[in-house]
Amino acid sequence: MSERTGTGFHAARWDEPLIDEIGGEAGRGLLPPQVDEAIADAVGDVAAALPEGVRRESPPALPALPQHRVLRHFLRLSQMSMGFDVTADMMGTCTMKYSPKVHEYVARKPAFADVHPLQDPETLQGTLEILYRFNRMMCAIAGMDAFTFQPASGAQGIYTNACLIRAWHESRGEGEQRDEIITTAFSHPADAATPAVAGFRVITLMPGEMGFAEVDALRAAVSERTAGLMLTNPEDTGQYNPHIREFVDIVHEAGGLCAYDQANGNPLLGVVRAGDTGFDMCQFNLHKTFSAPHGAIGLGCAAVGVKAHLERFLPRPIVTFDGERYGLDHEPGDGIEKIRAFLGNVHAVLKAYAWVRSLGPEGLRAVAETAVLNNNYMLHHIRQIPGVSIPWPANTWPKLEQVRYSWEPLYEETGVASHDVMNRMVDFGVQHYMESHVPMLVPQPFTLEPGESLTIEEMDHVLDALRRIAGEARDVPDTVKSAPHGAAIRPVDGDVPNDPDCWAFTARAYRRKRGNWANVKRGAGGHGGGGYG
Amino acid sequence: MGDGFTHPYVPNAAPAPRRKLLDAIGVDDVTDLYAAIPEALRVEGLLDLPPALPGEQDLRRHLEETVARNRSCTGSWLNFCGAGCAQHYVPAIVDEIVHRGELLTAYGGGTYSDHGKNQALFEFQSLMGELVGMEVVSTPTYDAGAATGSAVLMACRIGGRSRVLVPESMSADRRAQLRGFTKPFATVETVARDPGTGLVDLADLRGKVSGETAAVVIESPGYLGPIETGAAEAAAIAHEAGALLIAGVDPISLGVLAAPADWGADLVVGDLQPLGIHMYAGGGNGGFIASRDEARFVAEYPSILFSIAPAPGNAPGFGFAWSTMERTSYDTRHDATDYTGTTQWIWGIGAAVYLSLMGPDGMAELGRGIMQRACYAAERIADLPGVAVPHLAQPFFKEFTVDFSATGKTVAAINRALLEAEIHGGKDLSGEFPALGQSALYCVTELHGAAEIERLVSALGEAVR
Ligand SMILES: Cc1ncc(COP(=O)(O)O)c(C=O)c1O
Repeated sequence: MSERTGTGFHAARWDEPLIDEIGGEAGRGLLPPQVDEAIADAVGDVAAALPEGVRRESPPALPALPQHRVLRHFLRLSQMSMGFDVTADMMGTCTMKYSPKVHEYVARKPAFADVHPLQDPETLQGTLEILYRFNRMMCAIAGMDAFTFQPASGAQGIYTNACLIRAWHESRGEGEQRDEIITTAFSHPADAATPAVAGFRVITLMPGEMGFAEVDALRAAVSERTAGLMLTNPEDTGQYNPHIREFVDIVHEAGGLCAYDQANGNPLLGVVRAGDTGFDMCQFNLHKTFSAPHGAIGLGCAAVGVKAHLERFLPRPIVTFDGERYGLDHEPGDGIEKIRAFLGNVHAVLKAYAWVRSLGPEGLRAVAETAVLNNNYMLHHIRQIPGVSIPWPANTWPKLEQVRYSWEPLYEETGVASHDVMNRMVDFGVQHYMESHVPMLVPQPFTLEPGESLTIEEMDHVLDALRRIAGEARDVPDTVKSAPHGAAIRPVDGDVPNDPDCWAFTARAYRRKRGNWANVKRGAGGHGGGGYG
Repeated sequence: MGDGFTHPYVPNAAPAPRRKLLDAIGVDDVTDLYAAIPEALRVEGLLDLPPALPGEQDLRRHLEETVARNRSCTGSWLNFCGAGCAQHYVPAIVDEIVHRGELLTAYGGGTYSDHGKNQALFEFQSLMGELVGMEVVSTPTYDAGAATGSAVLMACRIGGRSRVLVPESMSADRRAQLRGFTKPFATVETVARDPGTGLVDLADLRGKVSGETAAVVIESPGYLGPIETGAAEAAAIAHEAGALLIAGVDPISLGVLAAPADWGADLVVGDLQPLGIHMYAGGGNGGFIASRDEARFVAEYPSILFSIAPAPGNAPGFGFAWSTMERTSYDTRHDATDYTGTTQWIWGIGAAVYLSLMGPDGMAELGRGIMQRACYAAERIADLPGVAVPHLAQPFFKEFTVDFSATGKTVAAINRALLEAEIHGGKDLSGEFPALGQSALYCVTELHGAAEIERLVSALGEAVR
């Protein structure tokens, strides 16, 4: 047990300086290859001959460190990070899970990593085969007719759906008229933001008494201006809207299309399919549900699936197969404009393909059921922690993959906020939790999604931490409010990053502005401890 | 699934823990937990998927056999195609760090749980800032095209204007990406390319800017290779009209080319892939946006920005926090003016490691060497009968166009012949820029020495004969 924290954990705490402040003798981290004499003799120093104003006069002020110091610096930084590989991360709405290492070893092979996107398709048969086969597999999983893997994240996938909706209505001469997208308050912010970026007006349905949007509210919202419905289900709250089929029918009757944000499709694999539910399109995050690593906020990939009537609008290129060879069709046709460079994050597709192959159909269903089971285990125990409440008490349905909880009773009783508990979590050696997306309709929220990877013992460890912190909030509230104590760093100032005179996004800005830090107005705080996805 | 299922990735699906969990929550069957889902919507039976390969060895063999069907750009093969995704050397330490599990499997952690990840991203922002000469750099965006699109919309909002000028020589894909993204808010027009020099036609630019122009985009090096020696003048023209200058740059060129801030750029965009990231058939791409540290610029960034933050009081130490999140859709949903989400952060960490290794001298030497190799290759290719490198007299960095029209051969035929020699040829421009005839875009980097260039030149010689 660590003396310092009393929690059995303390993080690596290297006090690692900014890399440009490491100092020491000027060193070299890597020497570029020598230029062959034949080349140098033939052309001379062409860079030196560049016109003034075009040529760089003094080299960029980058670190000058010997190789091992660069390695050590970044290794130390890695040790002060809490990826899923090293802790139980239950960050809600993020579907954290184990990313199998074997995938990394295959993806790193030169045959996969060192290929150019514009190579002749004849020389890309391996990558194209994976894209093609996974496309068919995703169609089976989602009940859709075709997929694209071009978008590089869930948000970009949802944006793609908004563009598909736009293209569909434009193709029918209703582009101007149908300018409204309907979403729900507990759908991910991307379900509201991306249609706005695609030019739509956004209508947000607020939750009713059961915690989800109601049929009547949707009926009141649809009109001849309705372009589509874009939502998450189960929502951020882990609550599946049982009226979903009716939602889809109402929007279809009004002439709109329906897009299902299945970023966190984890609880529904092999259980429910977007296609069977009537949706025209959907998207899955391969970096969440399908095990591709989250990459410290990216390398993502959204698999965007559509029904046949929308297939012609998918962005190009399309992977083709003639029974023998795989190819790429670049013909623009009716395709929407390109979303992401080239073919997208194909390494994420490889990893997702590998994961589905490893598990098979039975395994996917086991993933879904286990994610739901683990979540209900967490719920069962958390609801017994004094200080926690579960929103919408009238709703007694089991939750699916996650739950939005509330520390409101604890806060009322002790003044300890969810944010404080979150920071204290780190002292227990687990990744902090996600509070909530906006709108913050649940007071003092926290959102946990245990996923299918964790063992009972790992879940019990998180439960223990939550129980102990709730106890501390009563007995030693300052310990919680001044947390973290055993993390890589001590609490930092939440105001500086939000004050234009003080914020610094680069070391050069920091050197110029750090003198202002003494004058910063302390007030509202900020995202000091935050982080979410 | 009644009796459970054993698989290393799903421990609690096994019979014993599954029973234990069910008992703990007092439920008989997992299907009871799906009560909210109407029966009619549920899948009957199992999905129609290939059978499982649960053994790691079987899975690995299948995957390795499949990817082995690619002909990569390594081993006996050479690659001379760039066009937005370039093959450079990837230092071992970059691979080491981007595969560290603590980083690779991290995600939305915060100031305390992911301090190291945050610092690595802050170093990315800092080191890119040194390269481009700016004090604000965003966390990575999806790719250079997305960065350009977001920067264009930033400029529109900053200036309250909605017309944007981009070079005619911008890649067709990037123009499409930009057009699609900005369609609801901005009109994108092109500025002619001077066929004599291959550079942006400044007279055309002068004629097209107006009081409605929000931004002028100048790419240097341009997509077709040339260094825009008139970039400073283009910036002056934009500024006179009250427009912003958005510079598109190749960061690996900035050891030898002037920082865009020094020639008048207001916003800088580009792709970080050249900085030590494997190509992954384009999966290696990741963009960035940079600007001066002015509140009116910062307010319009759609992406997450890490600010360094002090310990409270006078305590030593620092950390990093997400700044001014109300700019982003995370905090304001559709009231935000762009969207954000997961992007390509791990490649940003890779780029930070790369720049730390290269250092000032490394970037200068590398840039100089690349220019020499590219120049040498271009001269050698131009010596081939019927083959022209039209803008050999103009400075270029690593890419240049080669015109095969006079050989009577198509680029497609030439590239097929090169494949026989295990060479991936340059990008065929005949569809993208028909005015250039049978031209291809070649890319030469530090991977190509005299021997590799010789192999290309002799294979080209054979192909055009
Ligand atoms: C339901 C849902 N939709 C969309 C997203 C956005 O995905 P990304 O972060 O990959 O852009 C998330 C991310 O957590 C999500 O949970």
